[in-house]
Amino acid sequence: MEKRYISKEGLNKWFNQIIQSDKRLFAPVQKGEKVEFKRVKSFEEVASDYIQTTQSIKRVAFPRAEVLFSYKKEEKETTLQDFNPDTVPETVLWKIHPCDAAGFIPLTGIFNWDYKDKLYNARLAKTTMVSFSCQKSDNSCFCTSVNGGPGNTAGSDIQITLLPDGGALAEILTPKGEALVTLAPECFEAEREIKKEDYLADVPVRFNVKELTGKLASSFDSPVWKQQSERCLGCGACAFVCPTCACFDIQEDAKGSTGRRIRCWDSCGFSMFTLHTSGHNPRQQQSQRWRQRILHKFSYMPERIHELGCTGCGRCSRACPVDMNILEHLTSIAQQSHE
Amino acid sequence: MDNITEFEPKIVAFVCNWCTYAGADLTGTSRLKYATNFKIIRFPCTGRIDYMLLLKAFAEGADGIIVSGCHPNDCHYTSGNFHARRRWVVFRGLLDFFGIDVRRICFSWVSAAEGGKWADLVNSTVAEIRELGAYKEYQKVAGYLEKEECNE
Amino acid sequence: MNKLIEKATSLLQEGVVTKVIGYEEGTEKPRPFFCEKAEDTSKLIYNSRCINNLAVYLTKPELLGTGKVAVVATLPTLRSIVQLAFENQLKEDKLVILTVTDSEEVIEFAGFAEIETYLKDFKLKIDQKEQDLIDKLEGMSKEERWTFWVEELSQCFKCYACRAACPMCYCTRCVVEVNCPQWVQPWASPLGNIEWQINRAMHLAGRCTGCGSCAEACPVGIPIDLLTRKMMEDLGEEFGVVPGQPNKNGNVLSTFKPEDKENFIR
Repeated sequence: MEKRYISKEGLNKWFNQIIQSDKRLFAPVQKGEKVEFKRVKSFEEVASDYIQTTQSIKRVAFPRAEVLFSYKKEEKETTLQDFNPDTVPETVLWKIHPCDAAGFIPLTGIFNWDYKDKLYNARLAKTTMVSFSCQKSDNSCFCTSVNGGPGNTAGSDIQITLLPDGGALAEILTPKGEALVTLAPECFEAEREIKKEDYLADVPVRFNVKELTGKLASSFDSPVWKQQSERCLGCGACAFVCPTCACFDIQEDAKGSTGRRIRCWDSCGFSMFTLHTSGHNPRQQQSQRWRQRILHKFSYMPERIHELGCTGCGRCSRACPVDMNILEHLTSIAQQSHE
Repeated sequence: MDNITEFEPKIVAFVCNWCTYAGADLTGTSRLKYATNFKIIRFPCTGRIDYMLLLKAFAEGADGIIVSGCHPNDCHYTSGNFHARRRWVVFRGLLDFFGIDVRRICFSWVSAAEGGKWADLVNSTVAEIRELGAYKEYQKVAGYLEKEECNE
Repeated sequence: MNKLIEKATSLLQEGVVTKVIGYEEGTEKPRPFFCEKAEDTSKLIYNSRCINNLAVYLTKPELLGTGKVAVVATLPTLRSIVQLAFENQLKEDKLVILTVTDSEEVIEFAGFAEIETYLKDFKLKIDQKEQDLIDKLEGMSKEERWTFWVEELSQCFKCYACRAACPMCYCTRCVVEVNCPQWVQPWASPLGNIEWQINRAMHLAGRCTGCGSCAEACPVGIPIDLLTRKMMEDLGEEFGVVPGQPNKNGNVLSTFKPEDKENFIR
């Protein structure tokens, strides 16, 4: 890991060099009252004063809808067109939060668990992540409660910590990061004496994740699930804005003799998510689906792939139409006394 | 040398079996010549036409649509066309609010005796759509899978 | 608020209802609250920040249970209740419907007819900001409108929060969950999202009560309530539809008049 200093002008210059290269760049952009990741072409478009984007940026590796393969049948011949990893463009994610970069870690775990997903892996391989550490947070953030933090570098290729003079501490963490630096190496000056912790937001720890995982292990039949989920409407907002949710559906887009198989986002909160062809639905009630969401992220994933399924970004709580504040729910479970 | 081929619109016609389809048959048996760039889809009644089908027609490449059935009070099923009429008033207003070109959808009543009217209707619709050109804006969006394609 | 809390407490203590569905203070704004114990009623609040439409819970049998349920209804919720009652989705004897007036008096309605009468004094007003946006859109050319909606709806990722928050969307199997035939693509794409919204607006024709929950629920901030409100305006003009006052003859699209007018059928 290398530490360098980059000035305000240097950041601007390096940004422009990336734009001019063949890479496409996504950055947070203000849209009305919300901030979303969009493809940007100039430094001025990048949003500055906000806490969190509404959606995560997982779609660069796990798109909302992608073609797995397509086919065409002519007479007796069928031609199949498989996914071509060469078509994936080089991508740079600019000014993502540490919780966003960290979110790709459980995603990678899921997409490489029992089967190596070539589409996800091909897209991720071409993505370089430039995260900016967080200088402010709000009541929905809880990265520090889930092994993360405002200056956490897990998952990032480069981390930028903005300084009062407009410049930044640049931590170059991986070979991909180094490659991105070579686009404008003159912008990266020698390291200075900078104490990173002085420039980070204060995100108080709200619950002990080990205690939580412990309580969850014996909570399957607890009445807490029904109590917490009564107001849940069963939409997919939380799953879709989440940087680590990976549930998907596979659908056919077929017209006569041509077609394509499409993978698209799905949510375990939907009532038909576990509906079997027989008509049986093991998770018929919203309380069972809510339980699944929490247990999956905080119990099953740690067990199976040794990663927590949550980075504490707080997007689900902010996006939820009925304020299913996950931090509130988790804290309440963690603080429950054993019956 | 003039290599430009004139644009031939693709029209889809949703018609009811008892009036307009029979009327179109009459056009044929009367040996009236008229434009051929439409495909007819026969329904038992205009009341059966689901408004989503019109959108599917545009998405599949139609440049224009004709929807036609029995005159009010003449519906073979008594009231199907009355329901259809209300539905179209509401649907057309909604489409217009979306910015979808409702000039490309031609609604009419053509009875089984109006072979001439059918020919005129098709001819005038084809001419109007030819004027308007291919419905490229719609078909372009129909081709986008991911929104990035849309914003590029 | 005291009168509301008193009422809720007595309803629970006397065993008249098994739960009171109302609002409590949430993280940033009020949220739905299912109060089952008399000692929790102090959490109940009621003010202009209470915007969730609680009628959405009245068509969920697993939430209502077998006993009676009380609901603290705002005006938009009351309109939805009247519409739902007209569509035979609610049982009058299983509900205790309360509202709170501006002078903080609690009204307990004797039945759905009484709610309809009460609502006659409160005409639905469209928020000026929304009316301005509708006017702006109507003033645009159709190409500009198309660009606007394609841009907005390409953000949509089909979470169906709009559907989930709408009290009128109570179908156990929604049209998007039918795949024979597949009317609406399951995946998010600009045109697919437009088709979904068109379908949703058409299914709400004459039934939408203008609560705005759809747009409020949308996590990415798409102004989809403009569609249903514009439709409400048009239906009001063309067919005299008034939200909260269902036409006893039937829904606007399931009825007709031989003398219905239009100006575009050749």
